[in-house]
Amino acid sequence: MRRYFGRKLFIYLLTFFLAVTIDWLIPRFMPGDPVQTMLSRASMRAESVEAMTGFYTRAFGLDLPVWQQYLSFWRALFHGDLGVSIFLFPTPVTEVIMNAVPYDIFLLLPAILLSWYTGNKFGAYAARSQYLDNTLLPVGYILTATPYMWLGILLAWALGIVAGIFPISGGYSYALEPSWSWPFIASLLRHWFLPFLSLFMVMFGGWAIGMRNMIIYELEADYSHYLEALGAPRSLVRRYAFRNAILPQITGLALQLGVIVAGALATEIVFSYPGIGYLILQAIQNQDFFLLQGCFLFIIIGVLLANFIIDIVYILVDPRTRSGMQGATA
Amino acid sequence: MTTATAPPPAVAIKKRNEFLYFALRNNKLRVGLIVVLLFLFLALIGPLLTDYPPNDYVGPPGAPPSSEFWFGTTTFGQDVFTQFILGLRATFLVGVVGGGLGTLIGVLVGFVAGYRGGIVDELLNMLTNIVLVIPSLAVLLIIAAYLEVRGVLAESVFIGFTSWPWAARAIRAQTFSLRSRDFVDLARISGMGSMKIIFGEIAPNMMSYLFMTFILQFGGAILTAATLDFIGLGPTQGTSLGLMMNNALLWSALHLGMWWWFVPPGVAITAIVGAMYIMNVGLDEVFNPKLREM
Repeated sequence: MRRYFGRKLFIYLLTFFLAVTIDWLIPRFMPGDPVQTMLSRASMRAESVEAMTGFYTRAFGLDLPVWQQYLSFWRALFHGDLGVSIFLFPTPVTEVIMNAVPYDIFLLLPAILLSWYTGNKFGAYAARSQYLDNTLLPVGYILTATPYMWLGILLAWALGIVAGIFPISGGYSYALEPSWSWPFIASLLRHWFLPFLSLFMVMFGGWAIGMRNMIIYELEADYSHYLEALGAPRSLVRRYAFRNAILPQITGLALQLGVIVAGALATEIVFSYPGIGYLILQAIQNQDFFLLQGCFLFIIIGVLLANFIIDIVYILVDPRTRSGMQGATA
Repeated sequence: MTTATAPPPAVAIKKRNEFLYFALRNNKLRVGLIVVLLFLFLALIGPLLTDYPPNDYVGPPGAPPSSEFWFGTTTFGQDVFTQFILGLRATFLVGVVGGGLGTLIGVLVGFVAGYRGGIVDELLNMLTNIVLVIPSLAVLLIIAAYLEVRGVLAESVFIGFTSWPWAARAIRAQTFSLRSRDFVDLARISGMGSMKIIFGEIAPNMMSYLFMTFILQFGGAILTAATLDFIGLGPTQGTSLGLMMNNALLWSALHLGMWWWFVPPGVAITAIVGAMYIMNVGLDEVFNPKLREM
């Protein structure tokens, strides 16, 4: 088990190292000068352009040798310094992101856990039941093929504008001051519901289908046939199948995290929900590269942490701790 | 690749026919194939059905669908149907190039890692695991943000280069199980080269698996491209389905009730990708007799 953990940790550290390197590398080795690009789009007067060029050249550290730039990038990173946001000028990037992260956790955690749980339960229930298989599983396939933002747009349009039940933009009503009062929390929840629902629905389809396919494989396995031959009740065979099928679904959760995060970013943009996705949109529209790079690092760190937690859960659930060799996708 | 297979022809034909027999009788496969071909057909002949340029202001702003503008017009009076057709073409291009490249890299890495084993496997496996953990969209985002001119083709290539890891992992596991079979040992003893064994002995035995991998990669590439376009990092020239949704949201099509602007692109993506997934299940049933439901 220690070996398993050691390997995983090593991979994660290496990934983090690589991600930081990408984050450092891309602005410097893309065609064109990032400082010039940034300033030419900002359209300023000549003398301020000169001053700004000087400022950003120093900020990027472009006047130093390359290896020194790289080292100072790491040094700044360990001091939690990711630069200063351009679009929210004097605020440091770290602070901007820290304000957005709670919204992301609040949105993603319930959506992921609930859809995973209900999706698996439902998929296991639907497997090999002719009626459910033929009616509801096509719905599952359509849901998992739906682009996250499109479902978000449809929900916003149907429930937000046509029916007028839910607000469709922002994290809370702009008429309220953030505080821990009931009206504010109620407003927070009302704004949270639609983004949550659209994330939940798309993911639910994926988990239900994955589980259904796994259960069918398990029910065709020799041990299931053996149990049936012994005259074990159907529910017992299914329970064994479920416990075996849930393991690849845990690995699947780790594999799907990247897609889920991408979906959450797009969903936040649809609803102008003030998480990292919305920040990224603003960073792109305002050519705020420091903010964009900071968001990139935060996403990577979040995904790595989540992967690590899933690894621990996997060890708790499966004492054999196979390193997931069978490519469990779906 | 297929020319390398040379079993006795009579057996091959019989086997083909068996698969074809089940393929044509499989409803999931039939429905999926029809939907995909329908959209492909529309994308191919589409430009003949419209005589408006995609981004010119050709009609009254915000007009609902009519006989002249089949899918209505945007807030600026652009023809939505023309944009839709061109977006459909871009979508298929991303699917074929991005999905194809993703499959190709995945297959190569998977074969080499699974067949070679040892230190090569360790290194490739580590690379796969690293790329697997990094969310590909985050990388695409940061690359696209720094590119000033972006095209659909470049986008597809980037998507292909970031989407291969799960395919590599799955194919590696399959290769692993085939590697120690008798016929592979026999080929090795008879002095066949590694490449020849991989493509002549191992690959034909997992052709169905490779094909299904491509289908999933195809769908995944389309969804990734749509997300990237929607965030505003899509192609700078031309149009795409994700870009249409982005524009619709940006110019408040929701508040104006212009459903004809944002519904068609989503329907197309969902239908194509969903049909691909359903085809995949159908193929699984065709190739794996255990799953066939009679």
